[in-house]
Amino acid sequence: MAHLALSNITKKFGRHTALAGLDLEIADAEFFVLLGPTGAGKTTTLRLIAGLEKPDQGSIRIGGEDVASWSAAQRDVALVFQYYSLYPHYTVRENLEFPLKAKHRRLSAQEIGERVGRVAKTLRIDHLLERKTDRLSGGEMQRVSIGRAIVRQPRVFLMDEPLSNLDAKLREVLRAELKDLQMKLGGTFLYVTHDQVEAMSMGDRVAVLDHGRIVQVGTPYEIYNRPKNTFVATFVGSPVMNLLPARLTDGRMVIVPERLEIALEPAVLDRLKGRSGEVTVGVRSEDVEVRPGLPLEAQVYGVENHGVEKIVTLKACDFLLRATVPARTELSVDRGSTFAFNQAKLKFFDPASGAIIS
Amino acid sequence: MSDIVLRDVEKYFGDNYIIRKLNLEIRAREFVVLLGPSGCGKTTTLRAIAGLEDIDSGDILIDGKAVQNLKAADRDIAFVFQLFALYPHLTAYENIAFPLRAMNESKAVVDQRVREVAKTLRIDQLLQKRPSALSGGDMQRVAIGRALVRRPKALLMDEPIGALDAKLREEMRTELKHIHLQNEATTVYVTHDQVEAMAMADKIAIMNEGVLQQVGSPSEVYHYPCNLFVAQFIGSPIMNVMSGAVRPADGSTTLVLGEDDATLPFPSELYHRVVEHRHAEDELSIGVRPEGVLVARQPTAGHIPVEAHIIEPLGPFDIVDLKIGRLLVRARTPSGFVEKAGDVVWARLDEKQTHFFSTRSGASMDIRL
Repeated sequence: MAHLALSNITKKFGRHTALAGLDLEIADAEFFVLLGPTGAGKTTTLRLIAGLEKPDQGSIRIGGEDVASWSAAQRDVALVFQYYSLYPHYTVRENLEFPLKAKHRRLSAQEIGERVGRVAKTLRIDHLLERKTDRLSGGEMQRVSIGRAIVRQPRVFLMDEPLSNLDAKLREVLRAELKDLQMKLGGTFLYVTHDQVEAMSMGDRVAVLDHGRIVQVGTPYEIYNRPKNTFVATFVGSPVMNLLPARLTDGRMVIVPERLEIALEPAVLDRLKGRSGEVTVGVRSEDVEVRPGLPLEAQVYGVENHGVEKIVTLKACDFLLRATVPARTELSVDRGSTFAFNQAKLKFFDPASGAIIS
Repeated sequence: MSDIVLRDVEKYFGDNYIIRKLNLEIRAREFVVLLGPSGCGKTTTLRAIAGLEDIDSGDILIDGKAVQNLKAADRDIAFVFQLFALYPHLTAYENIAFPLRAMNESKAVVDQRVREVAKTLRIDQLLQKRPSALSGGDMQRVAIGRALVRRPKALLMDEPIGALDAKLREEMRTELKHIHLQNEATTVYVTHDQVEAMAMADKIAIMNEGVLQQVGSPSEVYHYPCNLFVAQFIGSPIMNVMSGAVRPADGSTTLVLGEDDATLPFPSELYHRVVEHRHAEDELSIGVRPEGVLVARQPTAGHIPVEAHIIEPLGPFDIVDLKIGRLLVRARTPSGFVEKAGDVVWARLDEKQTHFFSTRSGASMDIRL
């Protein structure tokens, strides 16, 4: 297992810049997630590390060694893709043995058998070893693909949306299994996804990527609670963070004069350090309280019952705003209600750049 | 607006049932979601209502009249597909106006109805644009506008927002529901996404392998699933299910989890109710959602010590895997409540949120404490 470092990586395809001055450091045995929308540069990053593409600029180090001149095979990384790339007419056992039978490995038949058995047991596919891969379910196939990657004990695991094609329930199960596997192996994992739930639930650390640049790196907790800008704030978390345009003036936050404005608490004013004028206010749905007798007025626009809780959409003046409330809260659409913000959790962003203030 | 009744509807292909003895009532103005995994028969059911698919037996009644022998065009029902089937060379306005013009409505009527629908859908600013200039969400709004403009008896939708990204889906789900509340069209909506179903439905009909499993409000199917399939299809993270047994104890019932992986004191009535049900006492499947697993950081009466394993921080809360003997049970805790994997915490199952199923049939035993 190995430490992985990318410094100042730039990669262009024709006139399109896929990555621009990317710096990334992944510790040995870390589960690191690259999160971003389609086209952010996630897959390109993986392919550069795997040696399937060459960077136009910058260096890649695996275990402290610059790998610029190394071939894909020499880099000893394993790639798992969204689409299972298994040999269809082979059995699961043959698929797992395949990477071990390469001549340069010189492994004995006994050693190969032991390794395959161990991996199959870890991934709970030991009962499927003699089955042909075209007779497996999607989840089983993806387990075999992962098995084929880990059986040769590579230095780094690169995973490109390996769960995207599976249904929601199976994704949930495999998410926990992959994380468990990584902890057991003590492996360095670089995992690419556009799904913020996967990133949050699996990553020791998460890098949020947008247009070929890293916007923020941090633990899931940091990314969720201290987003650096409105892109991260709205990309992570479901429901999406509410963003409202407001004016800060005389200790008040004014969204719509008189109809939608509040006095800010001293602790919030301290945080703002005298900033006034236009801002974008961010507030997560769980930080909007809805019950009778609160200072701000709204109409109930929609109610979603998710069992464990309800998500309410409020219409306040012309703004739609989501709140998470306990499941037992009774609310009906088109009725009036009142709400308040948990001020300690309010985020303030610069309206022009989207960057967090303070 | 109309009601739709399916009575003993069956559809088979060779020896395989696609839909088996389906009975379902959709009341006028209701928003009903057909939910299930792929291949469960939900889309076939929707297409049968629309007249796009023949059925082999049973009746489909719209406003009390059997329509199974009517052509699709004569059923006065509108269908919205996942892929926005818009005419690319026509503007949004012309796309929406199309069905009315086909019916030779007057220019004034067409204009009035198009503008009315566009306003509800909040696309009145976009009427002069062509589909290629619209976002995915707006294209789907136009497609829905085209379906609604002729005021059909019912609106059928097949995964209409499945192709959109997560954020837009969240937004469209609220919009679609709001549109429904305004125009009150009877709506049948097909999806495989339980979050979408929970969020939008007045009533959810859950199907599996061609068989209707349960019909109920989101709250009913979440809190009172009729069998293990429904219990684990609805809700995220998935409901924990483990084998178990009950044993009589002094003034209580001992609930055994797994194969003696843990024992928990439960109210004495549990044992009696299991016995009353004439189920074997050791053929129980015990189900509990992550929020029904109560976790304390200090030793607490009635709780058992367990080791925390993987912690998934999901933002407002965490999902913590607890090692209970050889079982892994997932609990929902406040964010940061359990610090790290390997920590010992104390846990119990909330008896009010514990479900009991027959392991053999999967059916709920309807025991709620």
